[in-house]
Amino acid sequence: MLLSAFQDGFSHALTATPSAAAAPWLAALQAQPGFAVYRNTTAKGCIDALQASYPTVCQLVGEAWFRAAAAVFARAQPPHDGLLMNYGAGFADFLAGFAPAAELPYLPAVARLDRCWTECHLAADAQAITPVWLAQQPPESLGQLNLGPHPAARWAWCDDHPAYTLWRHHREGLPVPEPLHWTGDGGLLARPEAAVTWHPIDRAGVAFMAACAQGQPLEAATAHALAADPHADLTALLRTLLDAGALVSGASSLCSNTATQETA
Amino acid sequence: MGTATSQQPALTAGLGLKPQHYADALHCRAPGLWWEVHPENYLADGGPRMAWLQAIRAQHPVALHGVSLSLAADAPVDASHLARLAALVQRIEAVRVSEHLAWSAWRGQYLPDLLPFPRTTAALHRIADNIARTQDALRQTIAIENSTHYLHLEGHDWTEPEFLAELVRRTGCALLLDVNNVHVSAHNLGTRPEAYLDAFPLHAVTEIHLAGHHADPVHGDALLIDSHDAPVAPAVWALYEQVIARTGRIPTLIERDDQLPGFDELLAERDQAHHMLAAAQAASTLPVEDAPCC
Repeated sequence: MLLSAFQDGFSHALTATPSAAAAPWLAALQAQPGFAVYRNTTAKGCIDALQASYPTVCQLVGEAWFRAAAAVFARAQPPHDGLLMNYGAGFADFLAGFAPAAELPYLPAVARLDRCWTECHLAADAQAITPVWLAQQPPESLGQLNLGPHPAARWAWCDDHPAYTLWRHHREGLPVPEPLHWTGDGGLLARPEAAVTWHPIDRAGVAFMAACAQGQPLEAATAHALAADPHADLTALLRTLLDAGALVSGASSLCSNTATQETA
Repeated sequence: MGTATSQQPALTAGLGLKPQHYADALHCRAPGLWWEVHPENYLADGGPRMAWLQAIRAQHPVALHGVSLSLAADAPVDASHLARLAALVQRIEAVRVSEHLAWSAWRGQYLPDLLPFPRTTAALHRIADNIARTQDALRQTIAIENSTHYLHLEGHDWTEPEFLAELVRRTGCALLLDVNNVHVSAHNLGTRPEAYLDAFPLHAVTEIHLAGHHADPVHGDALLIDSHDAPVAPAVWALYEQVIARTGRIPTLIERDDQLPGFDELLAERDQAHHMLAAAQAASTLPVEDAPCC
């Protein structure tokens, strides 16, 4: 038998239900107790990777529910390479269309924040700019200054649910505040040093970061922030972003925020 | 890079590096200690994992043990993965690079396991070509590990020791002998591990792996699983002793991936291998004619 034919049959049999129509050589393998070891190991590898990357989702739904959902996802969207720490980018979108998750409408937004954490953790290193650095720039050129998102900066906004508040309290092991003000919110994740850190971000901040990511200069980015929220305190916003280590000098081409906005 | 590279310390027994043990690993000064990681866990653009690995590398030798190159797939190894791997090998000045005699990627899908195949001559050609591509890209010799077996496969043209010996002859690659895999595979396939080791081209072995296993939860002792979640079993230690009595000192790694104990407990297990290597070195009986001939 050709090696490729063996691998076609074997790989298919790892995820398919054993069938009477299977070729005799394959049926003979599936009939052995050892075949289940490969089936279990390949499935477990995907599910373990998802559980490691989506710990907050897992906390919210419980391990049994999570692993069952992850198994469905893994069959629909298996990994493409061995870099499993980065596997599962589509899990939030999957949850949004996963009927058993319909009772938890905030779950996809929480999953997006878990994904932000993974991307932030794995992103390239860079020197974030500081308030001191910004103060040293000539005032007349500030408007045309290009600030880009730090390669590790990620942000997500959810219109309908306090997803960031839920996510943050679970991540930090804190009780969710009661009563919880059920309104949309957003989170900014950054990695100025070794560890991933997170901060609340409002609509103006999200618009500002999005404009920076598009290469727009400071003046245009602040205009976007004011368009999103005419009452935004731009000084406070910039201070928050700088303190978070979310910005670098120059338009950043490294940051690709994949978890931008939850549109319910 | 640190002084470890220039001094080329003699490696004895090492441990698989786990994030939970980064700080302990950095500061441990056990003689002969080295560390091994799966490159797949460090192929990130940046971040704390890479920072830790580089810090540990500045103090200790570090080896890379790949799980996803899929050398035995009937396709050329992924060139982009090879390029990333080559950059990592260079960045951390890996003291050894190894992979498995197995496949794990097929037609764009990654299957997180080390899958078996019929050892045909056609497969030999494909795998030899993939090893050559890898060694060319990395500009260094890699060691190929014997995988664990759970299935009786039809259609083998070669025994595994013969197949590995032929890969060594054709590509100049080295071998990584996983003694736990030998034990588990022989048990599962109903063969004798001693016979396998007698036939194994020990002259090409540059690294040994030891790990724990457990009985299958459904089939019990009839089916052993290479689970890396327990201490090395007494039967595996006994096989290991036989191997190093013949080969002398070969750098040996204890793999532990699950049910991770405290660092001291792992280090004590490593020390056992370290002391066995020290005792075995003088007693090597590997015949001269077993040495590489090409």
